[in-house]
Amino acid sequence: MFSFFSLEGVIIMPYEFAEEKIFCSGHHACPGCNAALAIRYIVNTLGKNTIAVVPPSCIAIISGPQPLSSMRIPVYQTTLEASAASAAGIKRALVTQGKDHINVVAMAGDGGTYDIGFQSLSSAAERNEDIIYICLDNEGYMNTGAQKSSSTPYLAYTTSTPAGKPTAKKNVAEIMAAHRIPYMATATTGYLDDLVRKIQKAKEIKGLRFIVVLIPCLDGWGVADHEGAKISRLAVQTGLFPLYEVENGTKYTLNYGPQGVPIESYLSRQKRYRHITKDQINEIQENLDADWEILKKKF
Amino acid sequence: MSQRHTRMLLNGNHAAAYGAKLARPKVIPVYPITPQTPILEKITEFQAQGAIDANIMTMESEHSAMAACITASLTGVRVFTATASQGLMLMHGMLHYASGAQAPIVMVNVNRTIGSPWGFWPDQTDSLSQRDTGWIQYYCENGQESLDTVIQAYWVAEKVLLPVMVMHEAFYVSHAVEVVKVPDQEIVDQYLPPFDPPHRLDPEIGESWGNVVNQEMFYRHRKMLGQSMDKALDAAQQADAMWQQYTGRGYGVIEEYLCEDAQLIIITMGSMVGTAREAVTQMREAGIPVGLLKVKLFRPFPVDILRRVLTGVPKVMVLDRNFAPGTGGFLHQELRSALYGLDRGPEIYGYLAGVGGTNVPPTKIASLAQNVLDEECSVSSVWKG
Repeated sequence: MFSFFSLEGVIIMPYEFAEEKIFCSGHHACPGCNAALAIRYIVNTLGKNTIAVVPPSCIAIISGPQPLSSMRIPVYQTTLEASAASAAGIKRALVTQGKDHINVVAMAGDGGTYDIGFQSLSSAAERNEDIIYICLDNEGYMNTGAQKSSSTPYLAYTTSTPAGKPTAKKNVAEIMAAHRIPYMATATTGYLDDLVRKIQKAKEIKGLRFIVVLIPCLDGWGVADHEGAKISRLAVQTGLFPLYEVENGTKYTLNYGPQGVPIESYLSRQKRYRHITKDQINEIQENLDADWEILKKKF
Repeated sequence: MSQRHTRMLLNGNHAAAYGAKLARPKVIPVYPITPQTPILEKITEFQAQGAIDANIMTMESEHSAMAACITASLTGVRVFTATASQGLMLMHGMLHYASGAQAPIVMVNVNRTIGSPWGFWPDQTDSLSQRDTGWIQYYCENGQESLDTVIQAYWVAEKVLLPVMVMHEAFYVSHAVEVVKVPDQEIVDQYLPPFDPPHRLDPEIGESWGNVVNQEMFYRHRKMLGQSMDKALDAAQQADAMWQQYTGRGYGVIEEYLCEDAQLIIITMGSMVGTAREAVTQMREAGIPVGLLKVKLFRPFPVDILRRVLTGVPKVMVLDRNFAPGTGGFLHQELRSALYGLDRGPEIYGYLAGVGGTNVPPTKIASLAQNVLDEECSVSSVWKG
C-alpha cells in the first residue's frame, strides 16, 4: 500500500488521483479544514453526474452561499433531520424519469447522522434506497461552536460537556453494517487513497452505501492548523478508528488496523483532551483495546 | 363515445385516492395515520394492480415523507402524499421548506384532533394551525369534492408553484360512503398538462436550491412567495371554471347558498357545510331569512370576494370546528380581519361548534341561528357545543 512520507515537515503524497474538477477553490472552509479536503475527493471522484444533498452543517457552509457554489453539481440543502429521505426522494424521481445513472449523494455531519438524522437514515437503509450517504464525522456540532453529539468520544471537552463527555461514542459503523446494507466503510482524511478507492467502489454498487469519514476538526478539537491529516493517521495507527469495509452486513475487510501506537500520542495533540488524567488515558487505551478485540474477530 | 365518468360507491378517502391516481403522480412517499390510512392503502393497491405508474416510498415518518416529496418534486416529477393530525404536526418544518422551495406538492390532510389528549375526531385545528406555512388550503365537504379538488389542486399548484393541501374531515367524510363520479382518465389528461417545471435538480442544468442567502435575497424571496400566493386566487378560480367545463362540476372558491336578502349568513367550512345547508333550507322554508356561505379556499383567503358578498348583510354567524387558545375559531378570526373597516359590514358572531368532533346536527345550527338573531354580538368566539 501507499504511505505518507514526511520530509522536514513537508508531506508528499506518492500517488495521484484522476479527479474530475467538481469542487472548486475559494470555498468558505477554515484554513486547513479536513472536511473540505474530504469533500474535494468525494465529489471529484463521484463526478459531474451527481446531485448532492447537504443538511445544515459545515458542509453547507463550504458548499457556498447562494448564488455561489463551490461545487459544479446541483446541491440541495435540506433540514438537519432529513438528509437520507431528501436524497431518496431525488433518486426515486430520477428513476421515474429514466435517469437512473445519476449518483445521489448525501453528505452530512455527525450531528445530522448519529443524532437528529438517524431515523431517516435507518429507514433509508432498511428500504435500501439507491443513494450514497457520507457522514463527515468531526465528533461534535462543530458548525455551532463545538457542542457534544453522540459521536463525541468519552471524556472529550465540548462546550456542552465542559467537564468532558461522560459517555462513549456511538458506533455508527457497526450500526449501519447491522442494517445489512450493500456497502459500509470507514475512511479518514489521512488516507486519501483509501477514501478515493472506497468512493469509487461505492459508486459501482446499487443500494444504500454508507461511508463514515473521520474528520479532525482543527478548531473544535484544538489541533494545530497543519496537523489535521497527522491526527487522522494517528486515529488509525492507534487503533481508535480502524479503516474497514463491510459488504451486505457480513463480509468484513480490514484496510488499516492498529499499528501499536499508544493512544496518548493521539490525545496529547488535541486541546479537547488536555484536562484528562493519566488514569483516564489508560482507561481510554483499555477501552480501545477491548473494542479492537471484538472487531478483529469479524475480519 | 367516451363514457366520461364511472359512478362508484366510495368513501371520502378512496375518492381522494382516485383523484390522486387520475393526476398520475410519479413519486408517492407515504406514512400511515388514522384516519388517513385508507388513502395510502388504496394507492398501494392501485400500484399492486398495475393501475398506477408511481414509485411509492413507504417512509418511517411523515417528516421524511414530506422531505422526499419536496426533493422528488424539485427533481421534476408530480408527487402526492396524504396525512392527518400529528402527522401534519410532525411535518411542520418541512411544510415551510416545501413552500420555500416552491414545490408544487399536493397533499390530502384528513382533519383530525391533535393531542394531547389522544383523539381521532373531526376537528380542523391541525391544518388551520398550518395556515401560515405558505400552502394553499382547500376544505371539502364530501368525497366527490375531494376527488375533484385533488385534481384541481395539481392544476393550481403547478400554475403558481406552491404546494396545496386538500382537507376533508375525519370519518364524516373520510369514511362515509357515497356515490362518486370518477372521471375518465382522458378527461383528466386533457385538463392537467404534463408537469414540466422551469427549474429542477439535474446535473445537465446544474441549478442548486436551499443554501444560505443574505438578508436582501431572503426579503425578495419572501416577497415573491407572497406574490405566488396572491396569484393562487385567480388560478383557483380558473382551475375550477375549467373543471366545470370538463365535468359539469364546479365549486367556486366560496359558495353562496340562499344568500339573497338574507338577514343572517352562516359561514363555515368542510363537512359542516352540508349540515348547515340542510338547516338553512329548512329555516328558509319556515320563512327565516337565512343564507349559507361556504369557504372552500382558505389560503389564500378570498378577502375581496368576501368583502363584496358580505357588504350590507346585517349579521353573520361563523361556525368553527376548530379552536386555538387565545385566538378562538380560526375562521372567525380570519373573517373579522378580512371585513375590518368594511362600510356596511355585518356583525360577526363567532361560535365554536363541533370542536373535538362533537355532533352538530341541523337542529343545533337552527337554534344557534336563533341565538344570533336574539343575542348581543361578542368580539370573541363563544363556546356553543
